[in-house]
Amino acid sequence: MAEITMPKMNLPGTATTVSASAPLIAIENLSLYYGASKALKNISLGLGEKVVTAFIGPSGCGKSTLLRCLNRMNDLIDNVRIEGSCKIGGHDIYAKDVDAIELRKRVGMVFQKSNPFPKSIYENVAYGLRLHGMKAKSELDAVVEKSLRGAALWDEVKDRLHSSALGLSGGQQQRLCIARAIAIRPEIILMDEPASALDPLATARIEELILELKKEFTIVIVTHNMQQAARISDYTAFFYIGELIEFDTTAKIFTNPSKRQTEDYVTGRFG
Amino acid sequence: MNTLTPSEYLPEKSADTTRFTRNFRAEKFDFWSFFFSGLTGAATWLIVAILATILLNIGINGWSAISWHFVSTIPKKDFFDANTTGVLPMIVGTSIRVIVMTIFVIPVGVITAIYLTEYAANTSLLTRIIRAAVNNLAGVPSIVFGLFGLGFFINFVGKNLDKILHNTDAVWGQPALVWASLTLAVMTLPVVIVATEESLKAIPAGLREASLALGATKLQTILRVVLPQALPGILTGGILAVSRAAGEVAPILFTGVAYYMASLPSHLSDQFMDLGYHVFVLSTQSPNIEQTRPILYATVLVLLILTFALNLVAVLIRSNIRKKMRSMH
Repeated sequence: MAEITMPKMNLPGTATTVSASAPLIAIENLSLYYGASKALKNISLGLGEKVVTAFIGPSGCGKSTLLRCLNRMNDLIDNVRIEGSCKIGGHDIYAKDVDAIELRKRVGMVFQKSNPFPKSIYENVAYGLRLHGMKAKSELDAVVEKSLRGAALWDEVKDRLHSSALGLSGGQQQRLCIARAIAIRPEIILMDEPASALDPLATARIEELILELKKEFTIVIVTHNMQQAARISDYTAFFYIGELIEFDTTAKIFTNPSKRQTEDYVTGRFG
Repeated sequence: MNTLTPSEYLPEKSADTTRFTRNFRAEKFDFWSFFFSGLTGAATWLIVAILATILLNIGINGWSAISWHFVSTIPKKDFFDANTTGVLPMIVGTSIRVIVMTIFVIPVGVITAIYLTEYAANTSLLTRIIRAAVNNLAGVPSIVFGLFGLGFFINFVGKNLDKILHNTDAVWGQPALVWASLTLAVMTLPVVIVATEESLKAIPAGLREASLALGATKLQTILRVVLPQALPGILTGGILAVSRAAGEVAPILFTGVAYYMASLPSHLSDQFMDLGYHVFVLSTQSPNIEQTRPILYATVLVLLILTFALNLVAVLIRSNIRKKMRSMH
């Protein structure tokens, strides 16, 4: 059995160490192939509950691919083959009897390019709720409001809930996508470079939001922006050409990494 | 390191002052540029000219013969008499066959396109066979569709239907409105499939992903996100199908059109009169060409207007949907 890398948390102020024995997400020896080419190589990684974990690394290092393994979005691509296991809460999500639809209700996702549906703001947030059978208007209204507040968007849109989501700015659209994701109360939220297309102010708002969301959700974020990883994440995993090079507390990765490659990357010497 | 002043880092001013003062006129006439821009322009205007000629010719010659009496009268057997004839049964027949065709072709075409774009593996043999079939179907001459309709719909489906229903006389096993419509539906199927496929492909993958990531099934995603977005494109397919079908005569020749009927069709198993076929009849069967000419022009004009009107309905629905999509409430 492969060893799960789960560093001890030793940051000041975070006394509640995440139990090393049972991480919420346990990836063991995971390899992923696109046809014959191996995009992820024997990744083993354990991610704790209600913390923010950042995946960093140069383009093509497999960080987004790994993220998409966690809600089985890779299933949608032809020719993808996965070896090893990925457990969430102790259940192997690639076991035969697992329904990817059920999994995705519990593992939400926010994409790089904000992708609101061409519906109203209200309907965007209500979409997932309606899918999963919520019909009563009062109930929908309440959850929509709560989700929009949760995504720090309520005050900006409360007067135009029924106008098109496409009329929002890029940053607002991305927060709407976050509201949409949290509306169905997942346990984990995957974020694939959620702020890479946004201006610095909108980015800052998203980052504040992530820190807020961390109280309730486990967040895994892929980012190209190293300052962003340093600002918002508790743990950071550094990937390079399909391999996990180093995984540790963010503080350690950015101040005193144990691998030379990590140091070169976070200091901007390559990548 | 001392700072450089602009005069130090800018290149020296060119001594050649004529460089920018001379005008920008081309030195010699560029014949080939002129020739090709002229050629492409002329080709474009040729289309406009042809269309204008057709429309003006028909419009001017046909307008004078059109009257309320003409479009609202069921003609007597001798419909070559310009004073008493009318085209009401032809208007009704053509309209109904186009509408019935649309009702058949849109669902089948859309479902096929959904299968091809959303479900079928792009590279599989089956998909390639279906695609080849769709493309070849589009290239089949329309008279062949007519023969197919006669052989399949009337002689096979219709006759067997009569047998099953124990009809003593042929009810379904003869040329009928429904068979003509179905034959036209088969003919226009590729148009709807291709237009729908294009509009489905144009929907950003991000929207599908967003829906799936929220725990939607593929079917839910198609019904709630993909199809509403594709609706204008599907209607475009419908418009193209209607345009193509409205004027077609060959496919209905053996499958439903009648030379003459004393009354309007009242049932899908009735035969019908048709504007396009009536134009053919007027121009080939008339005992007196000079006398028939005005009503021939008028019939063609009615056919054009009807085609335009049927299209207009679809165009209006489409623009209404587009407007709704833009300003959702």
